[in-house]
Amino acid sequence: MTVRTWCRGGAGAELLLRGARAVDPLAGLDQAVDVLVRKGRIAEIGDRLEAPARVRVVEAEGELLLPGFVDLHTHLRTPGREDEEDLGSASAAAAAGGYVAVFGMANTDPVVDSAAVLEGLSRQASAEATVPTGFYAAMSRELAGRQLTEMHELAQAGAVGFSDDGVPVATAQLLRRALQYAKVTDRYVAIHAQDDSLMGAGVMHEGAVSAKLGLGGIPAIAESADVARALEVARYEAGRLHLCHLSTTLALEHLARARDLGLPVSAEATPHHLTLTDEAVTSLDPNLKMNPPLRPEADRRALVSALRSGLVDCVATDHAPHAQYEKEVPFEAAPFGTTGLETAFAALYTALVAGGELSLAVLVERMSQAPARLAGLPAPTIAVGEPADLCLVDTSTPWLVSAADLHSRSSNSAWLGRTLQGRVTFTVAAGRVAFDDRA
Amino acid sequence: MAKRDLLSIDDLSRADAELILETAESFLPVLQRDIKKVPTLRGRTIINMFYESSTRTLTSFELAAKRLSADTMNVRASGSAVDKGESLKDTILTLSAYQPDIIVMRHPQIGACRLASSYTRASVINAGDGKFQHPSQCLLDLFTMRQALGRELDGLKVWIVGDILHSRVARSDIAGFQLLGMDVTVAGPPALMPREIESLGVTVEHTLDRLAEADVVYLLRMQMERMAEGANFIPSLREYSALYGMTLERLRPGQKVMHPGPINRGIEISPAVADHPDTLILEQVESGLAVRMAILYRTIAGYDERPADERGAA
Repeated sequence: MTVRTWCRGGAGAELLLRGARAVDPLAGLDQAVDVLVRKGRIAEIGDRLEAPARVRVVEAEGELLLPGFVDLHTHLRTPGREDEEDLGSASAAAAAGGYVAVFGMANTDPVVDSAAVLEGLSRQASAEATVPTGFYAAMSRELAGRQLTEMHELAQAGAVGFSDDGVPVATAQLLRRALQYAKVTDRYVAIHAQDDSLMGAGVMHEGAVSAKLGLGGIPAIAESADVARALEVARYEAGRLHLCHLSTTLALEHLARARDLGLPVSAEATPHHLTLTDEAVTSLDPNLKMNPPLRPEADRRALVSALRSGLVDCVATDHAPHAQYEKEVPFEAAPFGTTGLETAFAALYTALVAGGELSLAVLVERMSQAPARLAGLPAPTIAVGEPADLCLVDTSTPWLVSAADLHSRSSNSAWLGRTLQGRVTFTVAAGRVAFDDRA
Repeated sequence: MAKRDLLSIDDLSRADAELILETAESFLPVLQRDIKKVPTLRGRTIINMFYESSTRTLTSFELAAKRLSADTMNVRASGSAVDKGESLKDTILTLSAYQPDIIVMRHPQIGACRLASSYTRASVINAGDGKFQHPSQCLLDLFTMRQALGRELDGLKVWIVGDILHSRVARSDIAGFQLLGMDVTVAGPPALMPREIESLGVTVEHTLDRLAEADVVYLLRMQMERMAEGANFIPSLREYSALYGMTLERLRPGQKVMHPGPINRGIEISPAVADHPDTLILEQVESGLAVRMAILYRTIAGYDERPADERGAA
């Protein structure tokens, strides 16, 4: 009963990647190398390798060669809102961001709450996705918070985990039952921690900036109080809980206590919470409206520290495409969410690695190998015999992010108009070239 | 040339604000004449777009435009294409096809005026956007203070009392009062006080014990329409009134009382205070006309101090 991903087939790539600086903490690599890929697998790693016949040579001196990234948290909008994203456009966006596997949340229309819906999606992914794509299943039917989904059958169909993300966990009792039953399925339960009564009608972080703008505040305790409750339940059941998109120092303190107790709890943080703050909301740009909201600098720093120490296991994008007309409205009326797949590495590299807050090796581990392990997939790594799951990154050319650059069907990116470094130029996913911006 | 919007008090420098107040003063004699009209904005088109109910602000902007001889149109959300599901963007694009010079806009949502401005070449004047800003109210409040207390406002102590959380007037007034050098205290029930409001440089009080220090007491009404049922911001209006309602007993002789209206007699203000000579509420309404004439005029003519008839040759 393994976690599965699906994508289109095809012949494995024949490539010689020359001269890039390979950074792979799992393989213990940080040096300029040549990497030969034959039939989609890494055949040889060395210095000044000769290109065999009919093998494409990619001159990549001065660029980074990294194990491909894995995203545990995307909204693929399919089925139901294919005008915002479909499996093909999501793959294009993922590949353009260096991702070699993505997992879609279950809050689609219909909800992924039965094996029939999941099987339909997996067939569609096999036909349309160019990057291996997997799926969460809902924890409760129709995300209604009442009846558990048939978790065993959904796990057999390949679901990576169970989540009602998109809405908070309805009751502590539902979470308890899901964590109990998840033991039968060997999957984790992922939650969007949010106390709705404290969230109220809030649209941004409650603090100095919301005081100035008059926007309804989402207090930090709306997240941390629900995290505390979920951790109590997880502790009681020794259940495998995954905390989505943590954003507050208060929640991290609860998580640290749970780790000290040895609980099997994992957590993710988004590129936007790791690099942006509520100060930016002063612009009233609806692309900066997300839930959880952007927090103050002190929380951002705490989150970066937690990612560095491993308290937060991995980066996940919470890629949330929205139609342009839905975001061309006043801030309060706009839906929550920013896209993130295409800008994740560049945003994090620019703010954290170039900014001196995080080492490149740690960032790579948190974007690639750590999430792969959580999902139960083989970790991408640059080693002989492994499938080619990798990307090349140009860290020297500044990239002014514009809507025209983006491959997602939606362009509601929090980074539009910002200048980043570290744009992905080439991605090989599951041994096939998924993105090539080098022509 | 970039167009001139007035979206927030923060758009103005102290000199800009003072110029508007002086311009308003220069319009006062016009309003005392038999023929209360000047040709200053003849041939200009001003659209008042009101997505939220309003008496004072709409009538005052409309009359101000007419006193300046501009052509005006009023568009309200109800009974217009907004009822038929048209988005703000499309309504603005449609009205902009008439080439208006100014769109005066009130909207229930924060930032709606800034968004509207991005879709039109007309100057946009914010006549109140949700809980964010109401700059013309702030300017008329400053004008009223100068008329009542003299032109030097530096160092005056103002207490703003009431529902600060839901008040765009409070947000504009805090910024505008500070811009002219006043010392601002906000007072009210804790749940109606925005968290971290101290960051705006105000003093926070939860009782009226130190009210005597205020030169001006600025009252706000409870915005019950913005409070969800069961939100429990306050236990009851009765208890609010007992704790914060302004009575003559709570006031020191000579303290001026202001209120943006509409007032709720017997809740935030006792009838005796409402009708007292030291209460400036009707003066505020009267100031509104001259100040809005000044805002419209400065939006077209700019903040250069030369009179309009000398600028043509420049």
